[in-house]
Amino acid sequence: MSNDNLDHKGRPLVAVTGRGVVTSLGIGKSDNWMKLTAGQSGIKPIQRFDTRGLKTTIAGTVDHFDIEPYSAFDLSTAMAEAAAAEAIEEARIGSRSSFPGPLIIATPPSELEWPHLRRLYNALPDSEISGYARLLASARSGKHADLARHVRFAAIAERLKDRFSTRGEPLSICTACASGATTIQLGLEAIRRGDTEAALCVGTDATVHPEGLIRFSLLSALSTGNDAPQKASKPFSKRRDGFVIAEGAGAVVLESLSAAKARGAPILGIVRGCGEKADSFHRTRSNPDGAAMIGAIRKTLDDAGVTPEQIDYVNAHGTSTPENDRMEYLSLKAVLGDHLANTPVSSNKSMIGHTLIAAGSVEAVFSLLTIETGILPPTINYDEPDPDLPLDVVPNTSRSKSVSTVLSNSFGFGGQNVCVVFSGEPA
Amino acid sequence: MPNGDEREQVWITGIGLISSLGVGIDEHWNKLHGETPPRPVIDEGRFAPYTVHPMPEIDVAQQIPRTSDQRQMDRWQKFGVYAAGLALQDAGIAGNDALLDKTDLCIAAGNGERDIALDSRILATADADADAAPRLNTELMTGLRPTLYLVQLSNLLAGNISIIHKATGSSRTFKGEEMAGVSAIKNAVDRIKAGQGDLFLVGGALNAEREDFLLGCELTGSLYRGPHQSVWDRQGENDGFIPGSVGLFLVLESSSHAKARGAMPYAQIGGIASDRSPRAPGDIAATASTLLKELPLDTSNRELFVMSGASGVRATTAEELQFLSDVQKAGIEPVIRAWGSIFGHTHEAHFLVGIALAALALSKSEFYPPFDTSGVEHTRKTWADQILVTTFGHWRGEGLGLVQSVW
Repeated sequence: MSNDNLDHKGRPLVAVTGRGVVTSLGIGKSDNWMKLTAGQSGIKPIQRFDTRGLKTTIAGTVDHFDIEPYSAFDLSTAMAEAAAAEAIEEARIGSRSSFPGPLIIATPPSELEWPHLRRLYNALPDSEISGYARLLASARSGKHADLARHVRFAAIAERLKDRFSTRGEPLSICTACASGATTIQLGLEAIRRGDTEAALCVGTDATVHPEGLIRFSLLSALSTGNDAPQKASKPFSKRRDGFVIAEGAGAVVLESLSAAKARGAPILGIVRGCGEKADSFHRTRSNPDGAAMIGAIRKTLDDAGVTPEQIDYVNAHGTSTPENDRMEYLSLKAVLGDHLANTPVSSNKSMIGHTLIAAGSVEAVFSLLTIETGILPPTINYDEPDPDLPLDVVPNTSRSKSVSTVLSNSFGFGGQNVCVVFSGEPA
Repeated sequence: MPNGDEREQVWITGIGLISSLGVGIDEHWNKLHGETPPRPVIDEGRFAPYTVHPMPEIDVAQQIPRTSDQRQMDRWQKFGVYAAGLALQDAGIAGNDALLDKTDLCIAAGNGERDIALDSRILATADADADAAPRLNTELMTGLRPTLYLVQLSNLLAGNISIIHKATGSSRTFKGEEMAGVSAIKNAVDRIKAGQGDLFLVGGALNAEREDFLLGCELTGSLYRGPHQSVWDRQGENDGFIPGSVGLFLVLESSSHAKARGAMPYAQIGGIASDRSPRAPGDIAATASTLLKELPLDTSNRELFVMSGASGVRATTAEELQFLSDVQKAGIEPVIRAWGSIFGHTHEAHFLVGIALAALALSKSEFYPPFDTSGVEHTRKTWADQILVTTFGHWRGEGLGLVQSVW
């Protein structure tokens, strides 16, 4: 292997050769990028279910698929398949029915939803038993085996493995809102080890259903800006009041740079490095000293072999919660120092909301599109800056800037902190 | 291998195990070894017609001293955090901030605990009128405890381990029923061998004593009903698994890292191999035979010691016997022990329990007596220095592990 294909630590460089994305803005890179760089919001009042009685009634739902009736499993699977198919098509890798590497996929919780519980309960209308004893009696009839897909934790991975014939055992991942980034990290590491030449890394999440929304509402995590949905997600703004729950999927094809070059594949970017550090402070909050986020960013830069000054742009986690945005600023300030003042930091979530499990995957695709097009997507709704977070957030309108190295942050419940550095050119 | 040192071994330097049999590896060893089959601990009444292996009363404060932490966790997390603490103590890492700071977590998890009382109350009210939907919203908004989601999310076992034991190097949670455990340990072993980490905490936990969990299992048609039988005796009409509560954690370490700090190993991981066959008839046995070739098996041995993760689900269990019969035909006598007959089926943690039991046996230079009287398991004639661990998922995935003596 020539040195051109190795990184600063002598490991194989890993290229991105395919990208696919689905968000509330649309299906596919083209539609998404046009709208994202135009500052359009995909947030709207929820139509999928009756929202009376809820504190938050808006979301970034994905309504472009014909999934009726809705379930988290069915829509998450459809979006993941669409994103993966787009990425594979762009990479022109394998054949339609054979992907030459493993599938690594981040998936939302696997659970029965209320219509499923109701169906089981009402299937025994004359029963004298109640509660879960009745649900179990109903399940014993064997007439509800079609519901198994909702409770099997690897069912989405199975569908994609069968559809794309990926190699070996597919991995199903959950690191909460860092999950998408974790799939890229696992793929990067596997290629560096020489276990595979390629990996299909996907994140998907379609959990806007009553309980899915309510559980975040009860954690006081959601914006209640129901009156102006498109203004509700306002990362880094003074009056930010929570994130907007949203749906989406992202997919990237990773390949060793040498294998990608050998087959003449499009080199859309390099995954320069990943880093990770777990927080031990609290289940939903970061240690106020920012040590874990700072550790994750530092480990990422070290893994990538780039200095803070080489970061041209930060694709922020930027959820629009008071806590996240403050901690993210403090951590960036600690690592990038004075360079932060010259570094644009924007949050895609201002337009597409927080796609949760999928966020790291979706934002990886947008980070790569930023490198390709030289356009920084804006942070919209930045009408009243938070004076404590002095950042260049690319306010409200996109900006042209040549970018060769991007830091993408993902932070999640349970103290999960994962960052990725992408660049346009091999080091 | 760009960075790895091929001579680096993967050592098991800590084990934490709690199950229906008791707390800690010593108690497990005392009950499991000897001449006669150990007796499973079962509860046939609480969830009838289903049988489960219940967790005994454990003093969680031993590992989770703060009641504020205990309140934010459900049983599966307590089992896991407790076992993780035992493993860290056993490996001599507990309380060592410098080592915990670099300890990487690879966790196998499922879960999704629900509020049974709330669900039952909501289901008992009518749902056909025009106000049913807003009523459900209000019931959930006022009835769900805000922290419930933090016991439902798969990665919150890892999160709690970081909070309570301060193990914070990195944290990855793998899902997918039995294969989650295979994925988790395979990732740790691969990373150690490649120099991508040298100290890992690997494990999982299951609270089998939950109606919502049993409901999920029953929907997939894989729950055994009726009085307890060993996994090999469940091949008739009434097949399926009997779930067992468990918490299991292993400390895996590169041999050089363990030597440098003077840590002693139970055993080493010779290799982990996995695949996901399409599951046409014969696929499991054929896949297992292929995977076995990936492992550094000493074929000069007359016997192959096998810790079998057989579940009692008919097709999978029958094909595992077919696979082992093929091994026998090749001239090596399998000496099989299916721990599921004693512990129950422990899902995400299952494979890891088998790895732990294999490592424990090797460290004692002994093996276990047959775990049942079906005739599948017979006494050994030779001594074990390698033990094959099998786990074929009840609906997907095939995993093999080889555990061997260090010396």
